Amino acid sequence: MDNNVLLVSPSPHIRFKHSTTTIMLDVIIALCPALIASVILFGLRALAVIAVCVSVCVLSEWLFELICKRDVTVGDLSAVVTGIILALNLPVRIPLWQAAVGSIVAIVVVKQLFGGIGCNFANPAITARIVMVLSFSATMSDFSTKVDAISSATPLSGGEMPSYLDLFLGRHGGSLGETCALAILIGGAYLLIRHVITWHTPVVYIGTVALFSLALGEDPLAAILTGGVMFGAFFMATDYSTTPHTKWGKVVFGLGCGLITVLIRVFGSYPEGVSFAILFMNILTPYIGKWTRKKVFGGVKK
Amino acid sequence: MFRLNGIHLRHNKNTADMPPVRMSVPQKVVMQMSMHIGAPAVPCVKVGDEVKVGQLIGENGAGLCSPVYSSVSGKVKKIEEMVALNGAHIQAVVIESDGEQAVCESVKPPVVENREQFLEAVKASGIVGLGGAGFPTYVKLSADVSKIDTIVVNGAECEPYITSDTRTMIDDADGVAEGIALLMKYLEVNRVVIGIEKNKPKCISAMKKAIASLAGVEIKSLPSVYPQGGEKVLVYHTLGRVIKEGALPLDCGVVVINCTTVAAIAKYVKTGMPLVEKCVTVDGSAVAEPKNIIAPIGTPAKDVFEFCGGFKAEPTKILLGGPMMGVPLSDIGAPITKQTNALIALDKKDAVVPKSTACIKCGKCAATCPFGLSPCDISAAMKAGDMEALEKLKVNVCMECGCCAYICPAKKDIVQNHKIAKARLRKYQMAKKEEKKNG
Repeated sequence: MDNNVLLVSPSPHIRFKHSTTTIMLDVIIALCPALIASVILFGLRALAVIAVCVSVCVLSEWLFELICKRDVTVGDLSAVVTGIILALNLPVRIPLWQAAVGSIVAIVVVKQLFGGIGCNFANPAITARIVMVLSFSATMSDFSTKVDAISSATPLSGGEMPSYLDLFLGRHGGSLGETCALAILIGGAYLLIRHVITWHTPVVYIGTVALFSLALGEDPLAAILTGGVMFGAFFMATDYSTTPHTKWGKVVFGLGCGLITVLIRVFGSYPEGVSFAILFMNILTPYIGKWTRKKVFGGVKK
Repeated sequence: MFRLNGIHLRHNKNTADMPPVRMSVPQKVVMQMSMHIGAPAVPCVKVGDEVKVGQLIGENGAGLCSPVYSSVSGKVKKIEEMVALNGAHIQAVVIESDGEQAVCESVKPPVVENREQFLEAVKASGIVGLGGAGFPTYVKLSADVSKIDTIVVNGAECEPYITSDTRTMIDDADGVAEGIALLMKYLEVNRVVIGIEKNKPKCISAMKKAIASLAGVEIKSLPSVYPQGGEKVLVYHTLGRVIKEGALPLDCGVVVINCTTVAAIAKYVKTGMPLVEKCVTVDGSAVAEPKNIIAPIGTPAKDVFEFCGGFKAEPTKILLGGPMMGVPLSDIGAPITKQTNALIALDKKDAVVPKSTACIKCGKCAATCPFGLSPCDISAAMKAGDMEALEKLKVNVCMECGCCAYICPAKKDIVQNHKIAKARLRKYQMAKKEEKKNG
């Protein structure tokens, strides 16, 4: 006992049991309903797209970190999350090589080149999606519901508007993960219960889209059930590194996203504005964080 | 009034129902000359001197100091230099005990009839802030009475495991009440609020009974959210008053005093026995028989654990104090001091230091900080060496409670970073002042 070497370390000496990995695991679990819904709605090819995105994301992160002699962080599962989110943002008929290119852009260009997890200022999946929309515009706007079906557009680009029930259950054209509102809400509820995210961003984002659409004479319910608003609000506008972490910051972020989304939809040349809205607000995040920083208790202005 | 943030911890108050047991007299005690904030005491005994319980062995007339008394009867074996837990080199008087525990003749109840005599008695008692801060109590009480309108008694005991204050409030409720009556009389204060966390209903009912006859004393039950016992948090949640940056509780009319300190004052005034022993909670996953003990001050931690049945698992980390703010011992022979309220021995599983990973900017640190600090931004400012940003972010306000580091999923040593940041900021501000003075 006397020769026993005692451990000396800075306080506190107890830590909460979560870690980056468990948080990412929670996000993966929350993405599962949307993932399953995408397979049911779009068929097995959806699974192939997801598999390609996830494996290319993980592989490129691992290779990049190996080449740069950084600590390999694929174990934190963040690349898996990026892969799933990117895949769920793609149409089902996307050529697999294009999905792979998008994954490399997300991990290498947007995430690793800026320093890896926690250091990127833009959401990797969203930025990659935008790069793909600009590079592969034909395949990225091919929203047919089944692999063999004739190409159809999303309701947003002028197609016939399905019933609210069909919109809610996802029986309409769109990206893999964004159509089934029910699945997204289940996943979102899980994230809220697990305290991974707070309600501020999703509620304000979705609320702003509904109200602003209403003000512009659009159908508010259709506005939030079509396109990527639901998915974006719960899974992409809540990304830690690229969004503000103060309560009011999250409110401002959600508000900005909602306004820009609707403005692009109504006045812009693209049918959908979620990706651009979130990316734009990502850029403003450091400023929003600064403006909404909490007042220090008992702090005196000097 | 909004509530300050904090965290819900597993309380682990395993020893709450165990009245303290007096431990056997150790073979030797190590009496550190600096168990308080301020100037160290100077030994006034020589090697070979016979000493008795309660005999003065160290004092320092000048400045902020608290006298030290022998906790055992026996012979002074050596006076040595040792490294205190904060890294300072201090003197210590090592006394070999004869097991008799003969009480010194000088121990007799002090005459306390007025404020001066009361303060003199508190100074002579060697009592310091027993909650862990170790600030000499008489200095705190010497404040201008016209400035004080309320006394807040700290019975929050928000750290996990520790139950020594809990036992004081249950077993010595009358002592706490007597101490409160003394403070009210001599500090000319007619309002006292006792803050106790909700998870201690027994303390609340015991204290309620004890203070029934005292007018102007009330009990405020506090949420069981760490850190209720932090001075600023306590004053805000009991009185709604905000202690400003760089200010003392006194600046908003308050004196904050720990409940065990209050009981110790009452005991000294009644018996004249200075502070020579301490109720200590011994717990943790490596301890065979967790219990509350009354140990002579200066008892080596090793003897305390032996009294508690030794270890049931190899102790990997031993803490003086609770797991949130406690200090780890590097040597199991280190003595308990006046401020020690717990000795926690953790086994390998509990002591493991998790590997720190990259910050993912989740903001949970800022969301749990009671004072609304932004640890993420502070860490960025530290990395950039931006002192002006640190000043704006007010890292100096940090009380090092550890909520941020507890909740951090990346397991960053945020408290450590803040301690360094505070020191660097202080240096920077001093240099700036100097520069201004020199034009």
